[in-house]
Amino acid sequence: MLEAILLTVITAATPLVIAALGELVTERSGVLNLGVEGMMIMGAVSAFAATQITGSPYIGVLAGIAAGGAFSLLFGFLTLTLVANQVATGLALTILGLGLSGQLGESFVGQPGIKLQPIVVPLLSDIPFMGRLLFQQDLIFYLSIALVVGINWFLFKSRTGLKMRAIGDNHASAHALGINVIRTRYLAVMFGGACAGLAGAQLSLVYTPQWVENMTAGRGWIALALVVFASWRPLRLLAGGYLFGAVSIGQLHAQAFGIGIPSQVLSALPYVATIVVLIIISHNRRTTLINTPASLGKPFVPER
Amino acid sequence: MTVTQGSASNPLLSVRGLTKHFGAFAACSGIDLDIASGEIHALLGENGAGKSTLVKMLFGILDPSGGEILWDGRPVTITSPGEARALGIGMVFQHFSLFEALTVAENIALSLDPKISLAKISDEAARLSKVYGLPLDPKAHVADLSVGERQRIEIVRALLQNPKLIILDEPTSVLTPQEADRLFETLFTLKSEGRSVLYISHRLEEVRRICDRATVLRHGKVTGTCDPRQETPASLARMMVGTDVAGVSRGEIGTPGEVQIEVSTLSVPARTPFAVSLKGIDLKVCAGEVLAIAGVAGNGQGELFDALSGEFAVSDNDAIRIRGKSVGTSGINARRLLGAGFVPEERHGHAAVSNMRLSDNLLLARSQSDRSAFLSGGTLSVIRHDAVGAATQRICQEMDVRKSGRDPAAASLSGGNLQKFIVGRELDRQPAVLVVNQPTWGVDAGAASRIRQALVDLAKAGSAVVVISQDLDEIFEVATKIAVISEGGLSRAYPAGELSLERIGLMMGGIHDTTHAEASHAH
Repeated sequence: MLEAILLTVITAATPLVIAALGELVTERSGVLNLGVEGMMIMGAVSAFAATQITGSPYIGVLAGIAAGGAFSLLFGFLTLTLVANQVATGLALTILGLGLSGQLGESFVGQPGIKLQPIVVPLLSDIPFMGRLLFQQDLIFYLSIALVVGINWFLFKSRTGLKMRAIGDNHASAHALGINVIRTRYLAVMFGGACAGLAGAQLSLVYTPQWVENMTAGRGWIALALVVFASWRPLRLLAGGYLFGAVSIGQLHAQAFGIGIPSQVLSALPYVATIVVLIIISHNRRTTLINTPASLGKPFVPER
Repeated sequence: MTVTQGSASNPLLSVRGLTKHFGAFAACSGIDLDIASGEIHALLGENGAGKSTLVKMLFGILDPSGGEILWDGRPVTITSPGEARALGIGMVFQHFSLFEALTVAENIALSLDPKISLAKISDEAARLSKVYGLPLDPKAHVADLSVGERQRIEIVRALLQNPKLIILDEPTSVLTPQEADRLFETLFTLKSEGRSVLYISHRLEEVRRICDRATVLRHGKVTGTCDPRQETPASLARMMVGTDVAGVSRGEIGTPGEVQIEVSTLSVPARTPFAVSLKGIDLKVCAGEVLAIAGVAGNGQGELFDALSGEFAVSDNDAIRIRGKSVGTSGINARRLLGAGFVPEERHGHAAVSNMRLSDNLLLARSQSDRSAFLSGGTLSVIRHDAVGAATQRICQEMDVRKSGRDPAAASLSGGNLQKFIVGRELDRQPAVLVVNQPTWGVDAGAASRIRQALVDLAKAGSAVVVISQDLDEIFEVATKIAVISEGGLSRAYPAGELSLERIGLMMGGIHDTTHAEASHAH
C-alpha cells in the first residue's frame, strides 16, 4: 500500500520537478516565462501525437522536447529580440498553448495511448522496497534526477553557470564584462521550454497515457510556484517537487477515504506554501539578494 | 595653459579624431588623446562632456562612429571589453559592475580566463590585495560589503589581468578623504611599475595632486591638454566649463534669528536590516543659518531626511519641532503647511515622477500646501491648470531650467536642469525651513553653483536651511554651521570657519571622541 502510494507520488512529482527545473534555469538568467503551462501542454500533445503516428513513445519524448523548445523560441523572439513585456507574453503563450493543443489534439481524443515502459536497472532494482521505487522507473524519471544534479553542478560549479547567474543578477554589468546576455538568455529560455515539453510528454506518456484537452490542469503554474518555493536552488526544488507531488496525491487519497477536508483546500496547499516561503525569504533582505535573480523580468537592450 | 612635451613622443595609447554619434547628437567629436607609459593622465570634464562615452569606446563597450585608436603605435579596433582586456586595458567603473549575489572571488572570476580555477583566483586576489594595500576577503558576498570595499574588488579585478593601462571612472566620488588617500597610494604604486592610469574626474584639487597630465573635455570636444600641477583650480575650471564659474557669494553672515527647526534626542530604529538606526540626534537651525550635514554615504543621511521630512513619522512627537510646533508624528503635508519644504535625494521616482510633465510634478508636491492657489471647486479639487502652468514657468525662469517645449516630461530634462526645477519648486514657496538631501549629486558645475547660490540666498532672506551632502566643497561653500553624521549619530554643529577639511574627514571616518575633546578644549 505504502509502496503504491509512493510510486504515484513519484509519478506526480516528476513532471513538476522537470518543468520547474527548466523554469529555474530560465529565471536564473533573468527571464520570467509565465508560459510554462502553455509549453507543457504543447509538449503533451506533440508527444502523444508523435507516439500514435510512429508507434514509438521514445520518438514521442523527443517530439515533446522539440515542441516545448520551439514554443519557447517564440517567447524568446518576442521578449528578447523584440523586447516585448515578459509577463504579458508569457500569459499569452499559456493561452495560445492551451488553445492550439486542443486544436491539434482533436483527432487523438479518446484514443488509447502507448505507455513509456519502465527501464529496470539490473541489480539495483533488486534492493528491497527502494529498488522497486527508484530503479524500475521510466526514462523520464531517471532524466529528472540527472537533470537536477547536473543543473545544480552547472549553476554553482561551472564557469558558464556562474556567467548565467551573473546575467540574472545584473545584466548591464554582465554585458559590460563582455558576456553575451541575449544569446545566453535564448539558450536558457529554450532549455526551459524543452524541459516543459518533456514534462508534458511525461503526462501524456506515463502519468495518464492518453490525450485529454487541458490535461496539464494547472501543473505549469505549480511549477512556477515551485521555483520560488525552492528560492531558485535545484536541490530544494527537488525536495519541494516531491512535497507538492505528495500533496496532490494526498488530496486524491483523502477523497477516496472520505476525509472531510475539501479537495479545493488541499489543491491550494502548494500555493499557500509558496506564499509562506516568499514571506520568509523577503523577511531577510540578505537571503533575497543572494538568491533572487535581481534582473528577473527586466528587459535588456544593449547600448551600442 | 602650458602644454607638456616629450612624454607624448612614444605614447602607449593614442586616439585620433575619435567620434561617437547618438542619432544627431555628437557625444564625442574629433577627440585626440595621448597617454604615455607610466603616466597618470586625467580626463577632466563636466557631466555630459563626453568622458564616459570616450572611455566606453576605449574599453570596447561602444562602437566609435569615426576616428582611430592606436595601441603601442598600431591601429586597433576594440569591439568588446574582452579585446580591450587582451590588449592590456583594465577598467574600474563609476557605477560598479559588480554582482551583489555573487562572492568576491566569483565576481573576479567572471572577467578572467575560464580555465583558471576559483581557488587559484582567490589566492591570487588575496596576494594582489596585500601588495597594493587593498584588503579583501574573497569569500565574502558583495551584498555585504561597503562601497569602498566594492571599489577594491574592481581594482583587484582589473589588476589580475596585469594591464598596461587602467581606466578609473570617478573613483573617489564614493570615498572618504582617507579612503581616497589610500587609493592614491595604490595609484602611485601602479605608476612606479610603469603602468599608465587614465583618471576620470571633475574634482580639480585631486587631479592637481596626483595627475601628470590632463586632457579637458567640453561638449564632446577637447578644449585643452595641460600639466594640472601648473594650473590653478580656477584655470582648470575655466577649461572645463568654458566661462568662469560663478563662485557662491555669501556676503556677511547676519546674526541668526529665531529657531525654525529643532530636533532633540531623535532616535529611530532601523526599518530594514540594511538601514541605519538614528541615535539621539540633536540639531537646531535658526533663521538665516545653513546647517550642512557631512558624512559618507550610508551613515544615516537618508534615514535622517525621512525623519525630518515626515516621510516616515517618528514615535516621539516632541523630537522634531518646526517653528515651535511638535511634528514628530505628523506627515509631510502637515509639515509643509507649517512652512517647511523638502528636497529628497533621488530625482527620478522620489522627487519627481519621471514620465509626468513638470506642471504635474509641481502640483503633486504642492497640492496641499498651495491648495487655494492650485485647486478649485472645494472638495471636488479641480486642478487649475492655468495657475499651475504659470507657476511652472515662473520656477523655470527663476532657476534657469533649460527644457525642450513649454511643459515637457521630467524625464526629458538633464539631471542638472531637473534638479534646478525640483529645488526651485520648493524655493518658489519661500519656505521658512528647507531640508535638502544631496542638492547637487551628479549635477554639472553650472547648475550646482546656481543651486548652491539659491540655498545661500534663501537663508539670507531669513529661512533656516539644512543641507545633507557628501560633497565637502559644497559644504564649505554654503554652510554657516557644519555637523557630521556617522553611523547614525550626529556630531554637534561647529561654525563653518572652525573646521578644517582634515578634521571633517576624521569625523566622517567615525573618529568622534578626539574631536569632541578638542572641541571642548577650544571652547
